[in-house]
Amino acid sequence: MSTSTIIPTVAVEEDFRTRAHNALGDAQLRGNFRKAMDSLMTKRAAAFSDAHEREHLRALGNAIRARALSKLPDLLEQLEQNLTRNGVTVHWAETVDEANGIVLSIIRAHEGRQVIKGKSMVSEEMEMNHFLADRGIECLESDMGEYIVQLDHEKPSHIIMPAIHKNAGQVASLFHDKLGVEYTKDVDQLIQIGRRVLRQKFFEADIGVSGVNFAVAETGTLLLVENEGNGRMTTTVPPVHIAVTGIEKVVENLRDVVPLLSLLTRSALGIPITTYVNMISGPRKEHELDGPQEVHLVLLDNGRSQAFADSELRQTLNCIRCGACMNHCPVYTRIGGHAYGEVYPGPIGKIITPHMVGLAKVPDHPSASSLCGACGEVCPVKIPIPALLRRLREENVKAPDSPHQVMRGQGSKYSRKERFIWNAWAKLNSSPTLYRLFGFFATRLRALTPSNVGPWTQNHSAPKPAARSLHDMAREHLAKQGDR
Amino acid sequence: MSAKQNILAKLRKSLTGTTPVADNFDVDLVTQPYTYAPEQRIAQLRKLMEAVHTETHLTSGQEWPTLLAQLLQDRQLPSLLIAPTTPHGQRITQHWANNPGLPMLKAYDRPVEEWKAELFNDTPASITGTLGAIAATGSLILWPTREEPRLMSLVPPVHFALLKASEIRDNFYQVQQEFEWAQGMPTNALLVSGPSKTADIEQVLAYGAHGPKDLVVLILEDQ
Repeated sequence: MSTSTIIPTVAVEEDFRTRAHNALGDAQLRGNFRKAMDSLMTKRAAAFSDAHEREHLRALGNAIRARALSKLPDLLEQLEQNLTRNGVTVHWAETVDEANGIVLSIIRAHEGRQVIKGKSMVSEEMEMNHFLADRGIECLESDMGEYIVQLDHEKPSHIIMPAIHKNAGQVASLFHDKLGVEYTKDVDQLIQIGRRVLRQKFFEADIGVSGVNFAVAETGTLLLVENEGNGRMTTTVPPVHIAVTGIEKVVENLRDVVPLLSLLTRSALGIPITTYVNMISGPRKEHELDGPQEVHLVLLDNGRSQAFADSELRQTLNCIRCGACMNHCPVYTRIGGHAYGEVYPGPIGKIITPHMVGLAKVPDHPSASSLCGACGEVCPVKIPIPALLRRLREENVKAPDSPHQVMRGQGSKYSRKERFIWNAWAKLNSSPTLYRLFGFFATRLRALTPSNVGPWTQNHSAPKPAARSLHDMAREHLAKQGDR
Repeated sequence: MSAKQNILAKLRKSLTGTTPVADNFDVDLVTQPYTYAPEQRIAQLRKLMEAVHTETHLTSGQEWPTLLAQLLQDRQLPSLLIAPTTPHGQRITQHWANNPGLPMLKAYDRPVEEWKAELFNDTPASITGTLGAIAATGSLILWPTREEPRLMSLVPPVHFALLKASEIRDNFYQVQQEFEWAQGMPTNALLVSGPSKTADIEQVLAYGAHGPKDLVVLILEDQ
């Protein structure tokens, strides 16, 4: 691959239902996900062998996140002050366009041509690779999984394991085709190929872009966790480091990261700690021999302040991006990450994406759940995901003239017909006279009920009223007893 | 209004009439299960570090340069990057002077820009000190300085680390408290818990992703 290669990602086609349907029919994809999710669930369970500790730690994690959010504006200002004092430049962006503009202006100020990126979901929100590619700047992913999906013009299918939808054979073919290396399914060799290519890129890059796991207000520290060392490379080798993160990632005190870090790595990968915990508090100081000359932090809103405005939906922002909810989700495991068509898949994606892109763009997200509750049960910061899904379902059918504006795109599934039917149904079930009348006709006219009732009859037999109602039979039963 | 003002104004409006959640940080929860008797600490650290392919050796303040030279020769490493002005860097220089024929020493004594290609392409191993370690998670604490810069522990494929046994702490919370990190953090502080690794392909664990392929810890038992 030449140094000027620009890798765009392909746009996601079709709607959610079609993508989900196609994914369900893809045996290879389903096998890859089933295997990976089973393994991740087992590892997490082993890492939290003491249920007592786990539950107390989750409660503490929840309290720390809730405390940070309850002081969020003050903590953001404190973070900015401390980072600025440490020599880090802080930028604020309300939209992804603004954030991309900031990143571009920093790159242009340094006449940068090559960007190397550590793993960052916020940069995925920004579609930074695409944005920069359009402007003649190469933006290469350096996390092995992210590199693989970028090479195949795809997007991550999991927030922690971006290439989990692929098996070694698929990666082998990809490397053979795109990098011209000999075909090998040996994972060690594949990783060494990636290492070789990317080392050169780290060496050449003008700019390093990373995400942030926790931003500590108290000390002005950006904390990043990773196993590969690409995060350290990205934030240390190039002369300029730009970190991008959501405004919710701030925590109050340094000690707060102790339990959060433990919850994050154990929930995500079932390990006590990642290989590297990188705490960055500033650029290279005078007389230091390495490290970036400049460090920038871009704080992105992108719909987070909308979720923040409602005290129930605010809990969405507790998220520490561990991915445990998707690992345990029966829907995600069956359809994979790409079917969701957005940056964040799985349960967390279903509750955060509507704030970022508007509910109207992802109308099926809140209902693509069996509400089994597994996501809420494993969430390390106790986000009540099932309750939030139900809440979003309500927002999604709100009448357009509702005075209560909670979120962009609300009421996208509102239908006058459906509302009328539900109102009629409610009336029917709350009026004894109407209910008896309905029962009388439903049992006698049962032959006339339709055999095809929309999506229901795709997978189920059509409902048919019984010849006699339960009321009727109970009445008769009681009458007989009275005779004895 | 700027983006900053808009964001802060929205957040403040949403918090109108609310009170901040109280700080009920439970110190016991993150310390009690992770407290060890002094004689357990080395074993606990080695268990966790070796589980992720770290090589550990018990040695002494007197013996470690000899062991280091031996390990370099066993691995047929042609050179070693050192931080020449640190006490351990000086010990190595001294030991090497007394023992001719050992692998070449390289000093990280100038800005990376002046020798970046050599660092990336021709520096097979390095040795750094540590600020201590954490038994609970099997982590080394690195606090790179001007004398011992950040890339020393990252770019060379083999990283040797010196650890004084007395500086092994129980848990991360204790480390933050004892070193008073909240009062001031260095430019870059690191926890390193093994050689670089990835499981991004089919969850198969592979070592040597982007950082060192080998991490070798020399534990000085008598220090």
